Parts: sequence; structure tokens; C-alpha cells
Amino acid sequence: MVAALTRIFGVHNLSLAEDVVQDAFCRALEVWKVRGVPDNPSAWLMATAKNRALDVIRRERTATHFAPELSRLFESEWTLAPVIDESFASEIVRDEQLRMMFSCCDPRLKEEVQIALVLNILCGFGAQEIAGAFLAGRAAVEKRIARGKQSLAASRRLFDLTDDDVASRLPVVQRALYLLFNEGYHSVSADSVVRTELCREAIRLTELLAGDPRTGTPPTHALAALMHLHAARLPGRLDGAGDLSSLVDQDRSTWDAALIARGIALLEQSARGDEVSVYHLEAAIAAAHVQAPSVDRTDWHTIVALYDRLMTVAPSPVVALNRAIAIAQRDGPERGIDALETITDAGRLAAYPFYRAAFGELEIRRGRPGDARPHFEAAVHLARNATERRHFEKRLQTCASK
Amino acid sequence: MSDYIYLFRTTAEARRAAMGTPELAQQSMQRWLAWLGDLETKGHLKSRGQPLENEGKLVRGKSKVITDGPFAEVKDLVAGFMIVEARDISQAAELAKGCPILEGDGAVEVRPVMAMNF
Repeated sequence: MVAALTRIFGVHNLSLAEDVVQDAFCRALEVWKVRGVPDNPSAWLMATAKNRALDVIRRERTATHFAPELSRLFESEWTLAPVIDESFASEIVRDEQLRMMFSCCDPRLKEEVQIALVLNILCGFGAQEIAGAFLAGRAAVEKRIARGKQSLAASRRLFDLTDDDVASRLPVVQRALYLLFNEGYHSVSADSVVRTELCREAIRLTELLAGDPRTGTPPTHALAALMHLHAARLPGRLDGAGDLSSLVDQDRSTWDAALIARGIALLEQSARGDEVSVYHLEAAIAAAHVQAPSVDRTDWHTIVALYDRLMTVAPSPVVALNRAIAIAQRDGPERGIDALETITDAGRLAAYPFYRAAFGELEIRRGRPGDARPHFEAAVHLARNATERRHFEKRLQTCASK
Repeated sequence: MSDYIYLFRTTAEARRAAMGTPELAQQSMQRWLAWLGDLETKGHLKSRGQPLENEGKLVRGKSKVITDGPFAEVKDLVAGFMIVEARDISQAAELAKGCPILEGDGAVEVRPVMAMNF
């Protein structure tokens, strides 16, 4: 909705577009709380936003400069309403969202600013959630968003992107969607661990990319595959009591077969080119997991090999952590602990509870629950929400009972 | 059974605060829908009414001067209305105790609707 309104008002009026959406949302809730939620709430919101846009343009026609390419059509009541209507048509909105994504990913902005903008404008993320996804501070992210919006507002030609712009910006757009999905999958917000709707949103936007001939490249398909394969496991991530369930304990019958099938099909589609992106590797790892009947019968050799390749193209402490866990599965807990201890740049994992928890798990597995204790105690301390905390506390009790 | 009108009185600020974040807004909406659902199942809800905008005009006196609000600043802004059916005014007032607007320190004005028998 912000995307459609930004097209109408012009990018320099981005905050006006956001205000209109916020206002439409508040009005909707005021009415819904007494009249009940309508059958089609999003259509209702759209209609409200559309009317507010008309009001704003009529009221401020002379005082404010709106989108230059549309401003002449705003001068007459005859053309005003149809233009607004058209801007909200579903296929236009879809197109606007694509364009908005690419507009946020302006190469003059730093990559982290671009991603923060996509998450904020297209996905409605707050600064707190974005800070979580970046392992960064909230104040820094707020500054980033404000700076990005200022710079977007300064550029008046937002929507006439060339095909070259699209090609050069595609990787940043992919990365933003990847982070969006991750945030949904490992949500750091205080009240919930898994926010399915964020994953769904990321999948929706990625499918949008995949469906467009200019952006539907092999890495885009691999990214879409990766998301489907992870999303398939979402129902198993929490157990019946709403607690985190590790891969070992997950009930594989709860995994979504339709999403797995779609993910595998996308992965095959992504293999058309000769390019092997990070997303290809991660999707292949996810495919190895979902296709295995159990943890013991998982192809850990392939998974370790894929992590090795991932470490050469996109090394990060989190990848190294996952690789260490896969090595422990293949070669036993001692080798896993060795791998954990040799992670370079482990300092960046200092605040990541699953790093300490990994040590704890492997100590338990090699029969030293006493050594596992301090690790789980640290993990409990670092937990970012109640569900994580309960999970680590349970593991802590396991150490005590052994 | 007689009809009573509920006038919901609050401040623009409290109204905004209730919608401050998506979580708060959702909670507020759920509380309202729960309260209304309860009134409805017990057969008290006659009309759900409509919420009112914060802005408006005031037309006053013989000179018929029209002034703007300023409703946004007043301490007891009428935010909406609703009509219930109750045995008597004390039951109507008792039923109003469930209204979520009270949690935000607002008020419910309960007024009997004059009966017209033809």
C-alpha cells in the first residue's frame, strides 16, 4: 500500500504515504472494533487508503508537489479518481512492490541501508526487528532508516529504472528477502519465536521476483527454493507445548509435503544456468535435510561438503557454526567441538545463544554433562525471548539429571 | 425492556494511545469485539452504532456561527455511540462496566432513549 501511495505522491513524499497508511489502519480498527472485521479486510483497507489519498491530494493540490509524471492528471477531478483507482489495481500494486524493492536498493546507499529500507517500507518492519536481523543496535538501525528515507526523498526520479539498474540491484533485493525470511524463521522479537507471516511475506515477494522475466534468474529460483524448503519445516519447529524443538526431536510427519515438493521443483529450475550462488548451496543443504527420513539417516557427508563450499564463497561465523554441527554428526562430538573452537571471528557470536548451546549439546553427547552446564547457563542468559529461554533451561535440567 | 444509548467519551490522546502499536490495536479490537459479542448473545445489543471522527464543526446560537471543533483538545470527546436494550437504567449501567473504553480512563454515558408509544 505504501508502494502504491508513493507512486501517487512521489517518492519525496514517502512519509506522507506512510502517514496515510497508518491513518487508514487506525480508522479501520476503530470501525472494526464495533462493527466486526469484514470478510475482506485488505480490500477494505485499500478502499480507505484510496479515499484518504484523494482527500490529501484535493486538500494540498496547490501546496505540495506530488509525483511529477502524474501531477497533470491530478489537476482535473475527471482524471484524478481514475488515476488513483488504477494505482491501486492489484497487478499495478504487484508491479509497484517490485519497483519499490529496486528503488530502495539504490547503489548510492550502503547495502545495509538498502535492506533496512526494504524491510521497513515494504514489509512494515520496526527498527527493533531489523536490528535483530542485522545483529545491530536499534538506534543505529533507526538512523539508517531515517538516512535512507532522506536520500530516497531527495531523488525525484524513482520509478524509471532501466533494465541495467534492475540487473545490478537484483543481488541486494535477494539478500533483503533472504534476511526477511530469516527474521521470520528465527524471530528475535520478545513475544514469539516463529513468525510465520514474515516467512510468508518473504516467499510472496520472492515469488514475485521469480515470476518476472527480468528478475527470475537461477539465484532467485534457488532463493525461492530455499525458503520453501525451510518453511516446510516450520510446523515442526515448535512442539505441542509451544516450545522450541530441535531438528533431532522434530516430528517429520508435520513437515509440509506441498512446500517440499514446490521447493524441490524450484531447486531443479534453479539448476538451469551454470551459476552456483550462496542460495543454491543453502537450498541444497535444506533439501538434504527434508529428504532424509531421520537425523541418523541424513546424508551428513554431502551436507558438510556443501558447508565447506559455502565457507569459501560466503564465510560467516554462523555458517561455520552450522558446519561444526554437521561435522559432529558425521565424525562425532569431539570433531564437532574442535570445529567450534577453531571458528575464526567467533567474537561475533558472543551474543548468539545457540553458539554456547552447541558446545553444551556436544559436551552432553560425549558424556560430559558437567562441562555442558556452564554453556547452557550462558545460553539461558543470552536467550532473546521466553521460548528460547525455556528451551535452554530444559537442556540445563538434562545436564543435572545425567 | 427499554432502550438506552451509550455515548463513549474519551480524549483524542487516549484514543490514539489505544491504537499506538499493532499489538495494542489488536488487543483493543479484540476486547471490544468480545464485549459486543457478549452483549449480543445476551440479547442486549440493539444497534452497534458507529465510531465518530475526532474533527467536526460547531454551529451555535441564534447568530448560527460555525466554528471548527476543536474536538481534538476536549477532555470528553464523544468517540461513538451504541444502543442497548436493558430492563432498567441500573442494568444498562451495569452492562456498561464491561466497556473497554474504561480501561483507557474514558467514560460511558448511559442515557435512556425516550419511549414513544403510538
